[in-house]
Amino acid sequence: MSKARRALLLLALLALVALPALTGKFYVELVAKIMIMAVFAMSLDLLVGVTGLVSLGHAAFFGLAGYVLVLAAPDKYAAVSLWTSLPLAVIASALLALVIGALALRTRGVYFIMVTLAFSQMVYFVFHDTRVAGGSDGTYLYTKPQTNIGSWATFDLANSTHFYYAMLVLLIVSFAFLRILLASRFGHALRGIRSNEQRMRALGFNTYAYKLAAFTIAGAIAGLAGYFSAVQFGFVNPEMISWHQSANVLLMVILGGMGNLLGAIVGAFALVLTQDLFSSLTKHWLLLMGGFVIAAVMLLPRGLTGGGLAWKGWLRGVRGG
Amino acid sequence: MDIQVFLIQVLNSVQYGLLLFLVASGLTLIFGIMGVINLAHGSFYMLGAYAAFVLSSLTGSLFWAISLGTVLAVAFGYLLEWAFFSFLYRRDHLQQVLLTYGLILVFEELRSVAVGDDVHGVPVPAALSASIPLGSTMSYPVYNLFISAACLTVAALLFLLLRRSRLGMMIRAGASNREMTRSLGIDINFVFRIVFALGVALAAFAGMVNAPASSVYPGMGNQVLIVCFVVVVIGGIGSVSGALVAALLIGFIDTFGKVFLPDYSGMLVYLLMAVILVWRPEGLFRQRAV
Repeated sequence: MSKARRALLLLALLALVALPALTGKFYVELVAKIMIMAVFAMSLDLLVGVTGLVSLGHAAFFGLAGYVLVLAAPDKYAAVSLWTSLPLAVIASALLALVIGALALRTRGVYFIMVTLAFSQMVYFVFHDTRVAGGSDGTYLYTKPQTNIGSWATFDLANSTHFYYAMLVLLIVSFAFLRILLASRFGHALRGIRSNEQRMRALGFNTYAYKLAAFTIAGAIAGLAGYFSAVQFGFVNPEMISWHQSANVLLMVILGGMGNLLGAIVGAFALVLTQDLFSSLTKHWLLLMGGFVIAAVMLLPRGLTGGGLAWKGWLRGVRGG
Repeated sequence: MDIQVFLIQVLNSVQYGLLLFLVASGLTLIFGIMGVINLAHGSFYMLGAYAAFVLSSLTGSLFWAISLGTVLAVAFGYLLEWAFFSFLYRRDHLQQVLLTYGLILVFEELRSVAVGDDVHGVPVPAALSASIPLGSTMSYPVYNLFISAACLTVAALLFLLLRRSRLGMMIRAGASNREMTRSLGIDINFVFRIVFALGVALAAFAGMVNAPASSVYPGMGNQVLIVCFVVVVIGGIGSVSGALVAALLIGFIDTFGKVFLPDYSGMLVYLLMAVILVWRPEGLFRQRAV
């Protein structure tokens, strides 16, 4: 990281810390939502940017954790403890990722994209067609999880400022964890798989196991994000698992720039804010969004953190086979 | 289950399977030959259905609507390949996924601007509106038989085109070795354009012919798209005959699943895919050129 970048990062962090003191509830809640999406996007970056696995079904793990939170409550008015329901949700997402990954990783390339999409669609139908949690309508969660440790009241998830800071801590901890992971031998092996899997296998790495481990970790962290997303909105429905959600988070990763985690955070901010802006302009904002997506991928193939516009490559013509 | 119910379900399975085949064959051809994963392929099905709705109310006849719509679809596909998809060939799969996803948003929203977000029905033509009585209480609509017959005809024509014509030979050559085909003096860019237009027309035709039997509604393309991915994965990418077998298999599993396990029918198709992935990760019919 260059000096300028480090200064910029520090400045951004300070701005995030100071935000609740500077603005009202609306922006505090919006930025909390973005930080949750940023954690979600970082988990996908571990697969797409680091390991080179393009998953189009990442919302399955995000959504499952939200559903586990709802199902963990004995009835919908009873508050569950954060300290039991959160591990439960994350473990459920990790297990689902382990199973889906074990099957999907038998394929590669474009098959992998289609298979991850199809499996997430299967999870979608589990919650859409059966009555486990309200079917296609979804379910409300009337009380936030309580965070007491013994008799010590720690913080209140229903308070939007408390929730905001909890999400800021979550973002920083997830970022630090993934950074450490990437700097480790494991992280280097994943990068090796991305650049040349054949060679990694020849070097004696069990690449399948490495990829499966990455897929499971990514699923668990996506679950972490999904859990808090359900907490924030007090509501889960199958749309949390829809493939639009999976495509959205993939967009964040590529919009920000892949493989360095910071890009995923930048991408989450850029995409959610753009969506907010467009939807305030017109009813048919998805038209603008579609154009924005196409322009962003064509002009910024390395993302906002990956250097300048790719005018030249684009104009020189990538036409032809 | 008595024999009439069974027969009806078999006919429904075949009809659904053939419709899936028409959409999935274009998807698998476009991937097999151009190497492009096209998420917007379901949109062509959706656009076809809406074209049937608009054109049949303009012309007053479904047959004119389908004929006109097919010609329009070919032209649309040809143009779209030139204006958009030809820029995707050298990009990686990730970019292709996102660019074609952006295209879905554009198509869905243009549809919303032009026709609105309501659910529409398309009237069944009078000549085909009868029903064949089966037993004392049940009947089967003639139009559904027409759908199967039309899809079967188109599928047969497609196989004839691919296996027996000069163009089909070029397409098969392009699928097995692009560079060699080009060096033999075949204009591969022209082949790409034709294949893409063909894929668009097949998907749009499926949407048009099925419009009177189902309804026409927003988001209908996405549902078809994801099932077609499963068809392509099961059949083996690039294999049109694999797509036919897989589409019929899914037609049967889905239709009979809705009868026997109504709560779980949405999942069955994906479970089938999981089983096949364990058994044969590269699909049932891998790499048999077209």
